[in-house]
Amino acid sequence: MRIEGRGRVDRGTPLRFRFDGREMEGFGGDTLASALMGAGVGVVGRSFKYHRPRGVLTDGSAEPNALVTIGDEPNIRATMQPLFHGLQAVSQNRWPSLGFDLMAVNDLAAPFLGAGFYYKTFMWPQRFWERLYEPMIRRAAGLGALSGKPPEEHYETAFAFCDLLVIGAGPAGLMAALTAAQAGAEVILCDEDAAPGGRLLAEVEDVGGVAGHLWAAGMAERLRGLGVRVMPRTTVTGAYDQGTYGALEQVVPAGVHPGGAPRECFWRIAARRAVLCTGALERPIAFRDNDRPGVMLAGALRAYVNRWGVAPGRRVAVFGNNDDAHRTARDAAAAGLKVVALVDSRPDAVNLAGDVPFMPGWQVTQAIGRGGLRAIRLAGPGGRGRMLEVDGLGVSGGWNPSVHLTSHMGARPVWDPGLAAFVPSEAAVPGMSVAGSARGRMGTAACLRDGAERGVEAAGELGLRASMPDLPEAGDDLLRLRALWAVPGKGRAWVDFQNDVTVKDVRQAASEGYGTVEHMKRYTTQGMATDQGKSSNVVALALLAQATGRDIPGTGTTTFRPPFVPVSIAAMGAGGRGKRFAPERRTTTDALSRAMGAPMIEAGLWYRSAYFPREGETTWRQACDREVRMVRQTVGVCEVSTLGKIAVSGPEAGRFLDLVYTNTMSTLAEGRVRYGLMLREDGHVMDDGTVSRLSAHDFLLTTTTAAAGQVMRHLDFVQQAYAPRMALRLVSVTEHWAQFAVAGPLARGVVDGLLDAPMGDLPFMGCRAVTVGGVGARLFRISFSGELGFEIAVPARYGESLFRALLGRAEALGGGAYGLEALNVLRIEKGFLTHAEMHGRVTAFDLGMHRMIAPGKDCIGKALASRPGLVAEDREMLVGLWVAGDRAPLAGAHLFAEGASPVSENDQGYVTSACWSPTLEQWLALGFLKNGRARQGERLRMVDHLRRLDVACNVAEAVAFDPDGGRMRG
Amino acid sequence: MVDLIASDPWAGLLPVQAGAARLEAVDPGPLALLAPWPRAEEAMNAALRAAHGPGFPAPGRIETSGAARAIWFGRGQALLAGVVPDPSLRAHGLVEDQSDGWVVARLTGDGALDVLARLVPVDLRRLGPKGVVRTMLGHMNVAILGTSGGVEILAFRSMAGTLAHEIADAMRAVAGRAALG
Repeated sequence: MRIEGRGRVDRGTPLRFRFDGREMEGFGGDTLASALMGAGVGVVGRSFKYHRPRGVLTDGSAEPNALVTIGDEPNIRATMQPLFHGLQAVSQNRWPSLGFDLMAVNDLAAPFLGAGFYYKTFMWPQRFWERLYEPMIRRAAGLGALSGKPPEEHYETAFAFCDLLVIGAGPAGLMAALTAAQAGAEVILCDEDAAPGGRLLAEVEDVGGVAGHLWAAGMAERLRGLGVRVMPRTTVTGAYDQGTYGALEQVVPAGVHPGGAPRECFWRIAARRAVLCTGALERPIAFRDNDRPGVMLAGALRAYVNRWGVAPGRRVAVFGNNDDAHRTARDAAAAGLKVVALVDSRPDAVNLAGDVPFMPGWQVTQAIGRGGLRAIRLAGPGGRGRMLEVDGLGVSGGWNPSVHLTSHMGARPVWDPGLAAFVPSEAAVPGMSVAGSARGRMGTAACLRDGAERGVEAAGELGLRASMPDLPEAGDDLLRLRALWAVPGKGRAWVDFQNDVTVKDVRQAASEGYGTVEHMKRYTTQGMATDQGKSSNVVALALLAQATGRDIPGTGTTTFRPPFVPVSIAAMGAGGRGKRFAPERRTTTDALSRAMGAPMIEAGLWYRSAYFPREGETTWRQACDREVRMVRQTVGVCEVSTLGKIAVSGPEAGRFLDLVYTNTMSTLAEGRVRYGLMLREDGHVMDDGTVSRLSAHDFLLTTTTAAAGQVMRHLDFVQQAYAPRMALRLVSVTEHWAQFAVAGPLARGVVDGLLDAPMGDLPFMGCRAVTVGGVGARLFRISFSGELGFEIAVPARYGESLFRALLGRAEALGGGAYGLEALNVLRIEKGFLTHAEMHGRVTAFDLGMHRMIAPGKDCIGKALASRPGLVAEDREMLVGLWVAGDRAPLAGAHLFAEGASPVSENDQGYVTSACWSPTLEQWLALGFLKNGRARQGERLRMVDHLRRLDVACNVAEAVAFDPDGGRMRG
Repeated sequence: MVDLIASDPWAGLLPVQAGAARLEAVDPGPLALLAPWPRAEEAMNAALRAAHGPGFPAPGRIETSGAARAIWFGRGQALLAGVVPDPSLRAHGLVEDQSDGWVVARLTGDGALDVLARLVPVDLRRLGPKGVVRTMLGHMNVAILGTSGGVEILAFRSMAGTLAHEIADAMRAVAGRAALG
């Protein structure tokens, strides 16, 4: 119902919207919750477990009941959703409709569905759990449903930095921001509301001689003028190490097409200091059927009347245990509502609400009206009882300071018996102080003063000189209360509205042995789901304390964890969506290779050509086999720029390389290349590659594509930690050079013709500087194919051009491009290694390369590589495997003795690489076999249970083709 | 003799304009990494000044003289931009050509820092025209240089496409926000 002449919504801007298909009208400045209340909608959702009709409980982010779906987004709190023209909201957790929900049958079965019923009811038969019980429970209970579609809107993550982060723009926050900003601090002020002011927006209260909301708006303007970054609709969700805070900004409300803007932004704010000014959250009192739509928190009722000019009906009552509740009765009466009763549980309470029926010492014992509140039943002194007809009831059991963020780094809040609430402990989060009602300073004047003082203090800690500003005049009501958690009586009294947890459930948990607060939470589910028990936690643990005969501080709280409010995964993960998941590294020939039809394989972050299909080829194998034969018979060209290239330069570079490689590099002659093996400190193989000595002081290392980053990091570490005084420096040059392998019997002709001067006699494992078209280039005679091979490197800008030139010459000789698939087959035929073999658990001994660990010098990993366990004869050693028949061997298959049962006890080894060798017309594999070097010729079983492979194979040398290397030495 | 043709790492990706921000390619000229040997820092500094003008930069700083810029590039490293390094420098440390290893894009306009606040986890507002940071942009290693009127971003050549994509994406989002009013 709308209250004429009340509220600060813009009556000149009517907004049409739909709720469950029904068209309604609200106004600019409304939330969906206030607009629904204004339109006379009482039932806005169904409860989680019993599907009871529920109405709005709060006016803010703690809302447990009023969750709706807008567009594809479920569980939107109607209390936080700004109204806009054309908004379409749908209620949740009901079938077929909000008014008639078949699942409400659960409510009749309530006696069987109490705390722990899952654990008692669905125990057996065990196999029913996954197939029947769990799906059934999930369908029956729950919140909104996900659409299953990725969001269409843009979301973003962002970073912000400040001297002082002020969390909450109520009276305390505004004053803290002002004092710090005036002292010259760079301030960010976040508030989850669209407007600054906090509780001032909900009250009829003057600050500094003007209405509180106007004072707050003026302050925000003033702060902006001082350079403060005011961030509305931004909820700080978590406090983390080193002054880092997470914050969720709603840029565009749900349901509004954001255009190019993001829907939400998840901020990471790094602040040197922070002041927490998050205020306090009101809590209800439990009594029978206190979840009837129309029963809400007293402060919320007041907010709906004062800020939005709406009420659940003309006749309202207020039930509280504290003075603050009286303000609701006062404001409701002033707004022209019929205040039927101000019920205060304290017999000695004094009426502060003016001319309203006042009932001290009375309690509300029951709310009546399933589809919406119709009446309340009361009990008074001397056993008297009454019943009053009402449309709305405001309830206040006191206020809980919003201590959540102070607990995010492990601190526990402290019980304040005067407030009957927890307040933050001292120095709970390093660098963060707390001001205002968030630490129990409840009146407006107290908040203003406290905020200013914390602002001065924070500025001082930042090395700035701040002074106390003139404090605006404001009321300073003390929050006098006497704790009342639950009204005794029959029936179900709700504690946690979102999870349908009652007083009885909490007591039952205690009686069944779940007497600690963490156990009670898990047994009853109290405090879970989207509201995280903001309105229920303290009531629940107070009841638990009563039930277990302990006091509240002794009972303690559950752990408050981030996030403070629900954060969509879309916002949190925005930085990793789509192509932002990982950078793409494109080689210089990427576009050309794609134009040639080459499919790409991801290797590290690189994209490499898998093969270059030709007309008539329908499978990758046809292309791969052709490319392998081409390299063996004529010449092939392959981009190898993705291999890591590291320049190591300095008078002591050779000495340094002796330390990091197993073999001796300092003796390498200028213009020569040596194969090298690098170990990790623990003695296992890290990587292999080549070392070229370009000049006396300059070495060039190559690494595998996969380990380039790891090797660079390792070398940096060794240089800084073990060789800080050695005269050498190193840098990655991977990106600078585009490099191409030219391999095959006709390779020399392809390369030589391109060089500005003939290469002459470049020996195998030789290198030299050359020029191509006047451009400085490097030529290496190395081979990863087993054929006569060269690698030629030019600055990356010329990579594509050189590739075209090489291809043109190769094609003229019957050759062409080859990709990663053929490269892999060529190297398996030759028994050359990749990280399929050097997978992190193998040693040089396993690879048969233990003689490469030079005896005359030390190297990293040498000591640990010689541990007996790493050189034992029964270790799995690299072998070649020849597979008979048509079945392709598979990497990942395991090896067993012929005739042995293929179970893990009999495991003899495993396969790491496999291919069809078009050269040998034979299936080949590489793998590791126990004592493999001594088992040449042995016949084994190769079994892969997952892919149903079971074939015979023969153990062979790893090098299957051209074992003496005559072809590549040429 | 074969004629090698240089290709453009940005290949049609730049420039990008969105809202008040503009991203365009920059040709930084020759780039070389300088890393003096231990205890040769002063000698490198002197040689650098003698050969090209700028001194070896302090951490986070850029030294400029004429066409030559010496950009701090990490622990004990500087990137010499704009000139081909004089051979005399090689007596004092590693000198390695990086001209084709890095691409440079310039981001200008009022929204430039807002754009980078979506991508870069450091505070760039105080970078200034002589400042440089080595940091991350999304998941990429970058160097960000302060210039008058904006910043220059150095990234691996192979990641030019991702760099343009990431920044253009953020530019559009910032422009979209601005359009909300």
